[in-house]
Amino acid sequence: MRKLLVTTAPHIHEKISTAKLMGQVCIACLPALIASCLIFGWESLFLTAVSAAACVGFEALWNIIMKKEQTIGDLSAVVTGILLAFNVPVDFPVWMLIIGDLIAIIIVKQLFGGIGFNFANPAIVARIVLALSFTTEMTSYRYPDVGIDALASATPLAAADKMFSTPVVEQLLGTHGGVLGETCAVALLLGGLYLIFSGTISAVIPVSTLATVAVMCLVCGRPDEILLQLLSGGLLLGAFFMATDYVTSPYTSWGKLIYGIGIGVITCLIRFYGTSPEGMSYAILLMNIVTPYINRGIRQRPLGVKRQPRKKEGKPA
Amino acid sequence: MSKSVLRSALGAAVPHRKNTAAMETVRMPLPSRIVLPVSQHIGAPAVPVVKKGDHVDVGTLVAQPGSYVSAGIYSGVSGTVAEIITLMLANGSETPAIVITPDGAQTVDPAVCPPNVTDAESFLAAVRASGLVGQGGAGFPTHVKLSPKDPSAIRYLLINGAECEPYITADHRTLLEDGEDVYLGIKAVQKFLGIPKALVCIERNKPDAIDCMFKLTARDPDVEVKPLPSRYPQGAEKILVETAVGREVPAGGLPADAGVIVLNVATAAFIAKYLRTGMPLTTTRLTVDGEAVARRQNVEVIIGTPIQEVLDFCGGVSEDVGKVLMGGPMMGVALPNTDYPVLKQNNAILAFKDKDSHVPEATACIHCARCINACPMGLAPVQIAAAWRQEDVAQLNKLHAELCMECGTCSFVCPAMRPVTQTMRLAKAMQRAKGGKK
Repeated sequence: MRKLLVTTAPHIHEKISTAKLMGQVCIACLPALIASCLIFGWESLFLTAVSAAACVGFEALWNIIMKKEQTIGDLSAVVTGILLAFNVPVDFPVWMLIIGDLIAIIIVKQLFGGIGFNFANPAIVARIVLALSFTTEMTSYRYPDVGIDALASATPLAAADKMFSTPVVEQLLGTHGGVLGETCAVALLLGGLYLIFSGTISAVIPVSTLATVAVMCLVCGRPDEILLQLLSGGLLLGAFFMATDYVTSPYTSWGKLIYGIGIGVITCLIRFYGTSPEGMSYAILLMNIVTPYINRGIRQRPLGVKRQPRKKEGKPA
Repeated sequence: MSKSVLRSALGAAVPHRKNTAAMETVRMPLPSRIVLPVSQHIGAPAVPVVKKGDHVDVGTLVAQPGSYVSAGIYSGVSGTVAEIITLMLANGSETPAIVITPDGAQTVDPAVCPPNVTDAESFLAAVRASGLVGQGGAGFPTHVKLSPKDPSAIRYLLINGAECEPYITADHRTLLEDGEDVYLGIKAVQKFLGIPKALVCIERNKPDAIDCMFKLTARDPDVEVKPLPSRYPQGAEKILVETAVGREVPAGGLPADAGVIVLNVATAAFIAKYLRTGMPLTTTRLTVDGEAVARRQNVEVIIGTPIQEVLDFCGGVSEDVGKVLMGGPMMGVALPNTDYPVLKQNNAILAFKDKDSHVPEATACIHCARCINACPMGLAPVQIAAAWRQEDVAQLNKLHAELCMECGTCSFVCPAMRPVTQTMRLAKAMQRAKGGKK
């Protein structure tokens, strides 16, 4: 008999991999991408493809220069590229988008050690950098099929501040001004539900985020704005696709709950009382930073271990 | 019974692959020799009482218990003691082993006769004299398990027929073929130890076994069949106690501390057989399966039979065999060669082809928390691994790394293919070595 292999248990493995999980996210992005192409034209697909390719290219290049094992096969760079493209308007200059990809992949992800080691969601940070650096280009929306009118220049959120309103049907379908992947609520919900039911993400983060936003609307005396707040801006894209990034969100369900509530509260505070009409990306970034502390503080109780009364630090157990 | 909201403890949906579930157990003919290591159980090694050249019969004591927590070892063949060798077990420890050459007559030792059991004391003495150890895999001496500090606190006898490991169907076949004995064994334990309620716990993927036990226990209000979800590791003792009766075994404690005694189905069946015949533990039922095995089947094997001979009896293994396991694919031990003998508590020999044997290459942890949500003990493997890398024993204690039972679930579900369970073992070893919790 030939030589036998000796390894320690377990000897079988679930048919799952990082690439498969990331592939699921890409699939979940498809409805929003298709909607974007229908609403804004084929440039949407072009921008998304360029962004994904740039992210993969930067990661591959980094690995080659740093003589590291190639990691582009895990598809996480593709996800980052798609999500960043979803955050820019359709007329956004391609070179600016590629700068965003560079920031996401090289500065936020690879400089911290690559996949699994970044403290914040690369796409979120890149979006914030782009929004601060190229504010004009980031907010020059193209309005689908209708000519120039009051809504054309603004997203429903910004319009709400100016006392205009976007019909709910338009918000659901996304046929209004905005960035590539944010406008069509139906497509985002479809993708989000796919992520949840395929077991890729837990429902806790999106549900708690959305519920918190609804509650905040009531608490802050804006009950008639609930639907507008839920369906517009980056809330759905952020809640389902960006806040649920594994690396930068808490481990346990209770941790996820706190994290989701935090995102909802911060988003609403910025939207309601800040100068910027949009606050989702800042909320996610802030809660990304809090995540390690949530993970330290919130753990599940091991089987058979009794909850112990809090002991003061320093005393022997 | 619902789990506490703070514990997700999902376990894992491992593949079933119960290829041999419908196959009647086949009795294997006499092997060319049997090898009996004196340490086949948890506790002190047994002490050999035979020497080279001695004649033994079926049921002859060849090594007596080394202490209270120990078990005697009996010959399953009649023949001659060829030699006493030093054998390295699959876990790396060395132990003396008695090698016996069968003479083919299979004469039974005249000392073998049904024990005279009248009360708890004589019952426990009989169980001890039978050489019985837990047939579920751990090999804990059964008489110790049946002697809790406070017998009156025991409310439940759980009979573990979960058999959650893929491939293995030995317990399933025991329920189907020896269901009567399982029931009689339960009744004996209940009667002599005064345990009011017994639950036969079977995973729902064995409907015929559930049916069979249902019929056998229908008229007995004290014995109930408890179908369980088919989710790994349902058969792990602490998990079984939690799902079956909603009690938690305290950390560092035994099921008895939760008022429960857990016995494997084969253990219960053997007790009934022993009370009837007085024949000590000399055989075991094995599932022989895996893609590299020619004839997959359940075999009744004499304890001490070399694994190679069992595989040969099952048509041998294919040329491209890569790994041979003693036990299931989730917790079984990979063997460096097939000369090892079958031990008392073994329940499976699996042989896999080379292409299925290799460990997948690990990539970076993406902190998806699948290991945390799946851990049946409610531990946080990803955080324990971090504490282990930092050699932070205080943190390992805080995270209760010592509670890990190495069921393999965390490695199984890891999308980054990381050796999570293996790291847990290292973390536990670090805890032990540096004076942390054990």
